[in-house]
Amino acid sequence: MVYSEKVLDHFANPRNVGEIENADGIGEVGNSKCGDIMKMYIKVEDGTISDVKFKTFGCGAAIATSSMATELIKGKSVDEALQLTNKAVMEALDGLPPVKVHCSVLAEEAIKAAVSDYYEKQGIDPEILIEK
Amino acid sequence: MREIYADNSATTKLSPAVLEKMLPYLTEVYGNPSSIYRVGGRAKEALEAARERIAKNLGAARPGEIYFTSGGSESDNWAIKGVARALKKKGKNHIITSKFEHHAVLHTCESLEKEGFEITYLDVYENGIVRPADVAAAIRDTTALVSVMYANNEIGTIQPIAEIGAVCRERGVFFHTDAVQAAGYVKIDVTAQNIDLLSMTAHKLHGPKGIGLLYVRRGVPIETLIHGGAQERGKRAGTENVAGVVGLDAALQIAVDGMEARNKKLAALRDRLIDSLLQIERSRINGDRVSRLPNNVNMCFEGIEGESLLLKLDFNGISASSGSACTSGSLDPSHVLLAIGLPHEIAHGSMRLSFSEETTEEDIDYIARVVPEVVTYLRNMSPLWEKIKKEEEL
Repeated sequence: MVYSEKVLDHFANPRNVGEIENADGIGEVGNSKCGDIMKMYIKVEDGTISDVKFKTFGCGAAIATSSMATELIKGKSVDEALQLTNKAVMEALDGLPPVKVHCSVLAEEAIKAAVSDYYEKQGIDPEILIEK
Repeated sequence: MREIYADNSATTKLSPAVLEKMLPYLTEVYGNPSSIYRVGGRAKEALEAARERIAKNLGAARPGEIYFTSGGSESDNWAIKGVARALKKKGKNHIITSKFEHHAVLHTCESLEKEGFEITYLDVYENGIVRPADVAAAIRDTTALVSVMYANNEIGTIQPIAEIGAVCRERGVFFHTDAVQAAGYVKIDVTAQNIDLLSMTAHKLHGPKGIGLLYVRRGVPIETLIHGGAQERGKRAGTENVAGVVGLDAALQIAVDGMEARNKKLAALRDRLIDSLLQIERSRINGDRVSRLPNNVNMCFEGIEGESLLLKLDFNGISASSGSACTSGSLDPSHVLLAIGLPHEIAHGSMRLSFSEETTEEDIDYIARVVPEVVTYLRNMSPLWEKIKKEEEL
């Protein structure tokens, strides 16, 4: 199994690691039994994601996809963030080994969970916003 | 940057002395040992001289009990399928093995389940050691074979092979052991230890890849696995890998000759590293500390995942491995660590280091410095570690 240069770069130098105090949305997905947990924090200003941070327990691909997913939504509108797909995360990383595709799915879910949490805090039902 | 190869249980570097012995058999003495002319005859002589020395080094009564194979996996497959199928005709349909065998044994047993065999998987307890009394209790009238590894490939625990051998001999059941990791580190004597079949490979002992052996005690019924020519007394077809056999013999001889001194040195390095790394909070050593290969360190660090640890170690010049199946394409953690009772979330954070004669004290000190740094770095970005710390505070 070989990781792309980009995956290794995002693993070695992960962007946006950390937490946000008083975050507007927090999402956590995965479980320790499966070996991956991702926790994402977002700060929203005027409908735009002004800051995003993550903490991840997992393999190299889990950390790299978390890092890339946060980069892809930073500065975007909340609605745009909801459109983020695991495919976009994978493409931005120049691909993932087949056994690691689930990491990109988890990263997409973590972003969606954080945005859903933001909407719930705003009193909006996030279900209707998420395209299934 | 310092480069440390710490994955000698995966494979080893070919010893220059072994290579030197092999070279003539790749160049001048290229003949087929089965042929009539001199260049074939010389190859045959080398093959049989190696067989004789290897038999002595393993305590075999006769050189003819040594069969050369392509390596550990073939030997395990042949031993188990060969004996099981030979005895099925006599109404035997039961095999006893342990929960933490190498997949070459476990998957072979699973394949025999499809042929109607019943398999008993013995517990290995928290210390990673099979109990001979459990073997005795599991033996039935229909038991064809007991297969228990000599030393575990992940956690390095050495099994009570002589005791298990004695139980099997007393009950009239054949006993196979996978000694792939143990050979060269423990004193093997198949006769004294009542071993009926033993698998071994060269590349874990600074020998070449692609060559191994199966010891089969005379009189043990075994069906052929590789059909074809009459090589290996008609039991294992294929033109002999003469250079490989010469390399296997040379590697085993070097390993046996220097065993005591090397084991002493390696055990000291091992213990020094384990003691140092156990100072990391929420770390643990996997498997018995005493009945353990002198070159094996296997530890878990809570709150982090093994693959990211290994990648970080690689960035720091340390080649290590993990039992983590992340690397083998499954989401399940190591079956060995689960067998010794670790919960999934802890088993995910494992690291195996396996050393060789070339490992130095400076290497050990470097590893002892780097691992805690990497563990701290990964824990700082781990939401699982955050949870563990919060629960501690409560």
